[in-house]
Amino acid sequence: MAAAMPLALLVLLLLGPRGWCLAEPPRDSLREELVITPLPSGDVAATFQFRTRWDSELQREGVSHYRLFPKALGQLISKYSLRELHLSFTQGFWRTRYWGPPFLQAPSGAELWVWFQDTVTDVDKSWKELSNVLSGIFCASLNFIDSTNTVTPTASFKPLGLANDTDHYFLRYAVLPREVVCTENLTPWKKLLPCSSKAGLSVLLKADRLFHTSYHSQAVHIRPVCRNARCTSISWELRQTLSVVFDAFITGQGKKDWSLFRMFSRTLTEPCPLASESRVYVDITNYNQDNETLEVNPPPTTTYQDIILGTRKTYAIYDLLDTAMINNSRNLNIQLKWKRPPENGYIHYQPAQDRLQPHLLEMLIQLPANSVTKVSIQFERALLKWTEYTPDPNHGFYVSPSVLSALVPSVVAAKPVDWEESPLFNSLFPVSDGSNYFVRLYTEPLLVNLPTPDFSMPYNVICLTCTVVAVCYGSFYNLLTRTFHIEEPRTGGLAKRLANLIRRARGVPPL
Amino acid sequence: MAVAGPAATDLEVVRGKRAALFFAAVAIVLGLPLWWKTTETYRASLPYSQISGLNALQLRLMVPVTVVFTRESVPLDDQEKLPFTVVHEREIPLKYKMKIKCRFQKAYRRALDHEEEALSSGSVQEAEAMLDEPQEQAEGSLTVYMISEHSSLLPQDMMSYIGPKRTAVVRGIMHREAFNIIGRRIVQVAQAMSLTEDVLAAALADHLPEDKWSADKRRPLKSSLGYEITFSLLNPDPKSHDVHWDIEGAVRRHVQPFLNALSAAGNFSVDSQILYYAMLGVNPRFDSASSSYYLDMHNLPHVINPVESRLGSSAASLYPVLNFLLYVPELAHSPLYIQDKDGAPVATNAFHSPRWGGIMVYNVDSKTYNASALPVRVEVDMVRVMEVFLAQLRLLFGIAQPQVPPKCLLSGPKSEGLMTWELDRLLWARSVENLATATTTLTSLAQLLGKISNIVIKDDVASEVYRAVAAVQKSAEELASGHLASAFVASQEAVTSSERAFFDPSLLHLLYFPDDQKFAIYIPLFLPMAVPILLSLVKIFLETYKSWKKPEKTD
Repeated sequence: MAAAMPLALLVLLLLGPRGWCLAEPPRDSLREELVITPLPSGDVAATFQFRTRWDSELQREGVSHYRLFPKALGQLISKYSLRELHLSFTQGFWRTRYWGPPFLQAPSGAELWVWFQDTVTDVDKSWKELSNVLSGIFCASLNFIDSTNTVTPTASFKPLGLANDTDHYFLRYAVLPREVVCTENLTPWKKLLPCSSKAGLSVLLKADRLFHTSYHSQAVHIRPVCRNARCTSISWELRQTLSVVFDAFITGQGKKDWSLFRMFSRTLTEPCPLASESRVYVDITNYNQDNETLEVNPPPTTTYQDIILGTRKTYAIYDLLDTAMINNSRNLNIQLKWKRPPENGYIHYQPAQDRLQPHLLEMLIQLPANSVTKVSIQFERALLKWTEYTPDPNHGFYVSPSVLSALVPSVVAAKPVDWEESPLFNSLFPVSDGSNYFVRLYTEPLLVNLPTPDFSMPYNVICLTCTVVAVCYGSFYNLLTRTFHIEEPRTGGLAKRLANLIRRARGVPPL
Repeated sequence: MAVAGPAATDLEVVRGKRAALFFAAVAIVLGLPLWWKTTETYRASLPYSQISGLNALQLRLMVPVTVVFTRESVPLDDQEKLPFTVVHEREIPLKYKMKIKCRFQKAYRRALDHEEEALSSGSVQEAEAMLDEPQEQAEGSLTVYMISEHSSLLPQDMMSYIGPKRTAVVRGIMHREAFNIIGRRIVQVAQAMSLTEDVLAAALADHLPEDKWSADKRRPLKSSLGYEITFSLLNPDPKSHDVHWDIEGAVRRHVQPFLNALSAAGNFSVDSQILYYAMLGVNPRFDSASSSYYLDMHNLPHVINPVESRLGSSAASLYPVLNFLLYVPELAHSPLYIQDKDGAPVATNAFHSPRWGGIMVYNVDSKTYNASALPVRVEVDMVRVMEVFLAQLRLLFGIAQPQVPPKCLLSGPKSEGLMTWELDRLLWARSVENLATATTTLTSLAQLLGKISNIVIKDDVASEVYRAVAAVQKSAEELASGHLASAFVASQEAVTSSERAFFDPSLLHLLYFPDDQKFAIYIPLFLPMAVPILLSLVKIFLETYKSWKKPEKTD
């Protein structure tokens, strides 16, 4: 009988929460968004945001069940009692002067800052373990975070989400500026998305395009948010963000036009069926002011106006969940064309390949009168393979001279002459009309000093010190162990005989 | 200086000799030890002899069996001899360096009054309910009740019965040699409930030479302190299927009771996830006869790898993970069936991968497509799924069906799906496996450290080795005295300590310091210093040898 009692109680306990479970609405939701902003410099910025909201108190549940929220991160939150986690990987630097203010800020390299729950006793230990686990999840060198590069800011880095108290003892912050962000960091980041990279906006996330950009920044933000307006309970929010800046000018052969296909080499084909919202915003702020400047295709159905980062902006909205948007053409390739080409110029740039071909930069420029034009090229000094150094590497390495070809207007209009008849010195370069003449100028070759290693330093040091030691020791040893005594020569040498001859001549006794 | 006389020259020569000898002495007495000390690697002492002794360790697994005789089970004059103890020892033949002996220590006693009463009741189940109340039995021990030859407790054609707890009932006999016959029957039953060759062979599968059955024996997970169990629902086609599963309830109702019963064998954690757009690695073939798709048996190994990259490793612990995947095939490939070797569809539509987990294909009922537009809502029948997963879980933990002796009745499974003696059997096997792993680890560590003299052995590594050796010995002793629970704990400690010592990163610090670099540094220094000393020593030696020989000649 006694055995039956606890059993019955157990069954009741099991039934209780189950009924409650069934009554619940879906407890997690996904929203995704892409903002495309043409930048003042002619580049194009694309900012993805994927937001997973989970109505669950992660810390209180022993057995965890995940649907849209990724299991790997959920386990982290409950195991290390996290309150907030912000992790970003960035390659490049956001040039505010050329690109304007960014939506999402991140330092170059990897940045991690975490707020722990106040129940954590040993924050430093949790921080160390957490950074190691994150290092494994994101294939990054976050395991190099230790006490030497961790700080606890007291004024900055307040919690972004719901927080009762802000005792800075539970905050840790670290940056690894050397971290190189690459595909191996993007792949695990993509795996955290519910639709992976199979549907929705995440289709566009093709690694080889995303990393051929001037700026790449991907981030993960986890924070608690209010579940409802009255904030009676909390939900967890995971935001995965990715912003890239495409150099549209170079990839577009000098044109600033762009399209999704040209940037990502993919188009949008279907919405992610798990997302409750899936939108593309395109910045067309100039569109309304002057209809002549640009044209977006397909034409947007709705627009959205707001003041973003201090300026009034207009966005065209493409809603992927709108069935008409994709069904028409089976795919959606948003294009933007500038109607009036901004400037007349031509730039051709062919980047170098190591040990195969050199750089080539050609620019067609129209110079205004009485002006100075400077073309400067930044370069980095690199170490060569040690067999590639010339025998006199300290002399430097030559960079071939630049060439300036120009048609200079002549002061006096020359009369057209018969080309065959004119003197040879005047007829190498054909000139179409007499109003200008052709000049080709060469600059001096540039001598660049590359860093040269000391090729034999270590062994030299060893040999030198050992020789010094051996010489000192040897003479010392000789002095101490040898016996020195003067030996009487039995027969004099040639010098002695000579001396004696002289002595005899002088009348002095011989030696 | 004035010209030195012959006496003064001799004096000088002697002084030079002394100086040379002094140099040599300083170099040998001071220089050599200094060089030795400064370039020495720190090596704490290790119990090498004890470790090599572990290889010859004899494991005696003692199973205490209490045999309780009811009044009419054996002839009366035999009952007079009670109580006494019989030991039945047998070596288990395995091709393994450790000798494993199995001892069944049978303590014979008469039944107490309440036991008599219980065993005279109508059915085995009733008798059990009355018997197992009073005292909790120790892990690994067994109680066998002898009932009279004609008792109606068991069906007439059954000779014995194995209960769900640590009890068994065996029919007695009225015979002159009653104790001998009964003894054999008891050992048969006790073996089935505790230790058999195949259980131990499976436990030592990694340490035994391969044979054709070894693949089967390597199915169970290796012993570990804990295990993570992950249930994943794979929905490759969320556009067509909106799949829901009540995993919370299913885990509470089916998995958790089983794991609670198993909790002595390790810590368990359970979680679940839903993965969308997760495809299998192979394209299923179309079978036009049944208008369904199928996966061949030889294709199954390729299924797992692409899925596994999505599963994600467990971030929160280092325990091995058991994956159970429920795959709802996409609309274009459903229904999907798994075919066995002969091409017949597998009844459960599931398969398992050794030491990894199990996969079950869950086909959506084709009627649901007609009813509503896509995506169709699919409610997973969790009872059907969990039946399969629990059976796979048992297999992966190495809880195989026991080899029941002939004419023996096996009780139905308990509500948790695990019998108490099955747990004991698992603990026996795991203890032996842990001991084998720990000894192998310690032996190879000792070999490695003995072979490579560059390795630094720190004190904490050494203390882990000592602790592991002590734990192995303690575990072996506890096994020999029949204390299964403490033996298992000690064996776990042995494995943990030995692995911690083996994988300590400090062992690697100076491992790769090649000899040629050493010589490149030593030769420029030592050669110029050693040559003069050696030359003068040779010279002195030759001179003394000559002067020693001269007097001989004059004599």
